[in-house]
Amino acid sequence: MKNITPVDNIIELRNVYKTYDGKDAVKNASLTIKRGEFVTLLGPSGCGKTTTLRMIAGFELPTSGKIIFNGKDITNVPPHLRPVNTVFQKYALFPHLNVFNNIAFGLKLKVVPNGTKVNKKGETVQLFRKYTKAEIKEKVNRFLKLVDLEDYGHRNVSSLSGGQQQRVAIARALVNEPEVLLLDEPLGALDLKMRKDMQLELMDMHKRLGITFIYVTHDQEEALTMSDKIVVMRYGEIQQIASPEKVYDEPANAFVADFIGESTILSGVMLEDYKVEFCDHVFECVDKGFKPNEPIDVIIRPEDLKIKDKNSKDALITAEVISSVFKGDHYQVTLMANENELMAHDTEGYEVGETVGLYIKPFDLHIMHKTRLMNELDTVITGENLVEICGADFECKTDLPEGTPVRVVIDFDDVEITDDEDDGIISATVVSSIYKGSYYQAILSTDDHYNFFADTDYDWFKGDRVGIKIAPDKIIIEKRDETEHQEEKVVIDETLTAEEQAYIEEIREQEPEEFDVVEEILEEAKEAPLLADEEEKADDQEQSEKEGE
Amino acid sequence: MAKIKFKKLRLTKKVFSIPYILFLLLFVVIPLVLILVNAFLDSDNNLTLENFKVFFTSRANLIVLGNSLLVGIITTAFCLLIGYPVAYICSKMSSGKIIVLLYILPMFVNFLIRTLATKAIFIAMGVELGMGTVLFGMVYNYLPFMILPLHTTLSSIDKSYSEAAQDLGANKATVFLKTTLPLSTSGIISGITMVFIPTISTYAISQLLSNGKIFLFGDSIQLSFEQGLYGVGSIMSLVMLAFVLISNLIMNAFNSNSNAVRRSLW
Repeated sequence: MKNITPVDNIIELRNVYKTYDGKDAVKNASLTIKRGEFVTLLGPSGCGKTTTLRMIAGFELPTSGKIIFNGKDITNVPPHLRPVNTVFQKYALFPHLNVFNNIAFGLKLKVVPNGTKVNKKGETVQLFRKYTKAEIKEKVNRFLKLVDLEDYGHRNVSSLSGGQQQRVAIARALVNEPEVLLLDEPLGALDLKMRKDMQLELMDMHKRLGITFIYVTHDQEEALTMSDKIVVMRYGEIQQIASPEKVYDEPANAFVADFIGESTILSGVMLEDYKVEFCDHVFECVDKGFKPNEPIDVIIRPEDLKIKDKNSKDALITAEVISSVFKGDHYQVTLMANENELMAHDTEGYEVGETVGLYIKPFDLHIMHKTRLMNELDTVITGENLVEICGADFECKTDLPEGTPVRVVIDFDDVEITDDEDDGIISATVVSSIYKGSYYQAILSTDDHYNFFADTDYDWFKGDRVGIKIAPDKIIIEKRDETEHQEEKVVIDETLTAEEQAYIEEIREQEPEEFDVVEEILEEAKEAPLLADEEEKADDQEQSEKEGE
Repeated sequence: MAKIKFKKLRLTKKVFSIPYILFLLLFVVIPLVLILVNAFLDSDNNLTLENFKVFFTSRANLIVLGNSLLVGIITTAFCLLIGYPVAYICSKMSSGKIIVLLYILPMFVNFLIRTLATKAIFIAMGVELGMGTVLFGMVYNYLPFMILPLHTTLSSIDKSYSEAAQDLGANKATVFLKTTLPLSTSGIISGITMVFIPTISTYAISQLLSNGKIFLFGDSIQLSFEQGLYGVGSIMSLVMLAFVLISNLIMNAFNSNSNAVRRSLW
C-alpha cells in the first residue's frame, strides 16, 4: 500500500452483475465514487440505474462482483448495517408515525461510542450506548430546521404536501449522518417549479454537509444541473462516466448524445485524420486516430451550427429551411442539407424555403466510433440453408453442415421491420429510434434480449411490437471458433486524472478487507442503558408526548 | 292536504337500496322490536320487569355468561396467535393466496357437519369431550375469519416501508415490530371483531363437542326459547346484543387511535 492516497474513494463497484431470470439488469458495472462527490446515475427507465443504487443500499445482492465501502467489502452486508441512507422514490414515510417520529426512527435504533472498558481478559473494549431522548429531540429539531419544517413535528405525514413529504424523507435519511446519501428519483413526483427549488436545495445541502450523494434520475437536465459526475447507463451497461460538461460536449456514443440534450446525429466517414465527410461535403475536424474511411457518427449540438448568408465566404454548405419555431429565447430552425436533416438554434427566425449557408467550427464537430457497425450474433447452423437467430430458423445461403458454430453478420440496412408482428420471422420490441439526418436507426429488442440495429425510413414508436425479416442472401455467415472469448471492457471514469486512474486500477487488483459487523456490540448496548438515560426518561417522556400530540 | 302528490318514480341510486331496506325492516328491525317487547311481557302478556329479575338473580345464568365471554376471549387469542404467523408467511410467499385458500376451504362444508365430524374424530381418538375440545372446535371454525383480513392487510403493506426501516438501521425483528405490526393493526382489529363477536353468541359447537356438558350463552338462549320462556330469552338476547355493541365500540376506538391504514376492511 502507498502512503499517500491519491483518490479518496468511498464506494467502489467492481465488475458488478445483477441477473434476473437470465436477463442482465446490470452488466459489468465498475465505478469509483470519491468522498463528497455528487454522482448521478442517469439513463432511461429500465437501464439498471435503480438496481445499481439498490445494490449499494443492500436491498439487492449482486449476482457477481464486489461492492467496496471505505476499502471494506460490503457486498453481502445487510442494509441495516451499512453506513448509507436512502431517500426513496415514493418517500416511504411511515404512515403510523408523525413527522417527528419518522425522523427519529433511525436515531432510536442507533448506537454511539460511549468510552471503553477493560474486560476480564484485559482487552480494551469499545462501549456503546443509545441516544438519550434529549439528544434525539435536539437532532430531529435541527434537521427539521434544515429542511424548513420546524413547526411540523407533530403533524401526520399524510397531511403534508408532496414537497413537504419529500423534505421529511430527506431529513429522516440525513439525521443519521450517513457517509453516503442515496437518492432514488426523489423529485419525480413533484411539479416542475417545486422540482427546480428542491434541486437547488439539495445542491446546497450537499455543499453544506459535505457528504457523498448518489442520485438516480432519468431527467438529463436534473443530472446536468446537480452533479459533479454523471454515470450514463443503458441496458444495464455503463456508457460513459464523466463530468456534466464532458457528457454534454463529448458524448461517448450516439446514445449518450441523443439522451443528453438535443443534437443532430449524422452518419459519416472519416477520410483521414482531421478530415470527415458527411452531407456530401468534406469538413475539417479536430479528431484523429480513426481508421481511414471508417464509418462514424457525427454529433452536432444545435447551438453550434451557425446559420450564415448563402453567399457568405464562411458558409461550408448550403441548406434549405424546413421550419423555424420560436422557443422563447431562441428559434429552433430545422434545415435540409443534401438530404440530411440538421437542427440549429438561432436568435433570428428564417423564412421556410429560404436557402442559407451553414458554418460549424471544426472543434464543434463531435466524432464518435459507431457503437456497432453490423449486427453480429453467435449461433449455429440448424439445417440445410438454415441458421438459428434468436430462437427461430432463418433461411440463408451456406454450405456448412448442421451444428456448425457460426457468427452471423447482418447489415443494419438489411434488417426489415414489419408493422405486423406476425409478418416477421421473429418478433421484437422497439426500444429506441434515433434520427440520423436522412434515416432512422431503430433498436429492436427480441424476446431473447438480443438488440437488433436497423436502418429504416420510418420512425418506429418506442415500445411497439414489430416483426423482423431478413432476406436469405443478406445473412452473412462466418465460421466461428467456439473457444474465442470476448473481453468485457470497463468504461473509464473521465473525471479522473491519469494518475488517479492508474491508482484505481492498482487497488482494483487488491482484495478488500472484511466488513466488521458490530451486531453483538449493538446487542450489548441494548442490555446496558446509560444511567443518565434512565433519569432523563421521566421528564423526556412528557416532552415527547407533547411532541406526539 | 291538497299538496300531496306522488312524485314520479325515477330510477336513481336510492331506488336500488329499497329491496335491502325492506329486507332489513322485515328480518332485522321487526324481530329486534319483538325481542324488546317480549322482554317486558310475562307469560300472560302483562307488562312486567319480572324477566330481568329472573335473569340477573340467577347465578347459573351469570356463570354461563361469564363462561361464554371467557371462551370468546380464549378462542380469539388462539386464532390471533395461529392466524397472524400464517397470514404473515403467506403474504411473503408468491403462492400465499393458494395457501390462504386451503385454510378457507373447510368453510365450504356446513359447520354442523364439520363439527359432528370433529366430534367423531375425537371420540375415535378416545379424547374426552370437554372444554378442550370445545375450544378446539371454536378455533377450528373461526380461524379463517382471522386469517383472511390479516392476509389482506399484510399483503397490501408496501414493501418500501420495511426497506426504509432496514435502511434506517432496523434488523429483521425490529422491522417487524416497528413497521409491519403497527401497519397491520386494522387487519388485527378486523380479525378480532370477526372472531370474537360470533364466538360469544355461538351455540351448537359447545353442545356437540362437550356432549352437552359445557353450556354457553348461545345455548341457553336457545334453551329458553325452546322451553317457551320468551321473556327471559329476550333479556338474554338483549344482554348479548349489548356485549356485541360494547366490543364493537372498543374495536372502533382502537382503530381510530391507530392511524395506520385508515380504511377498515369490514
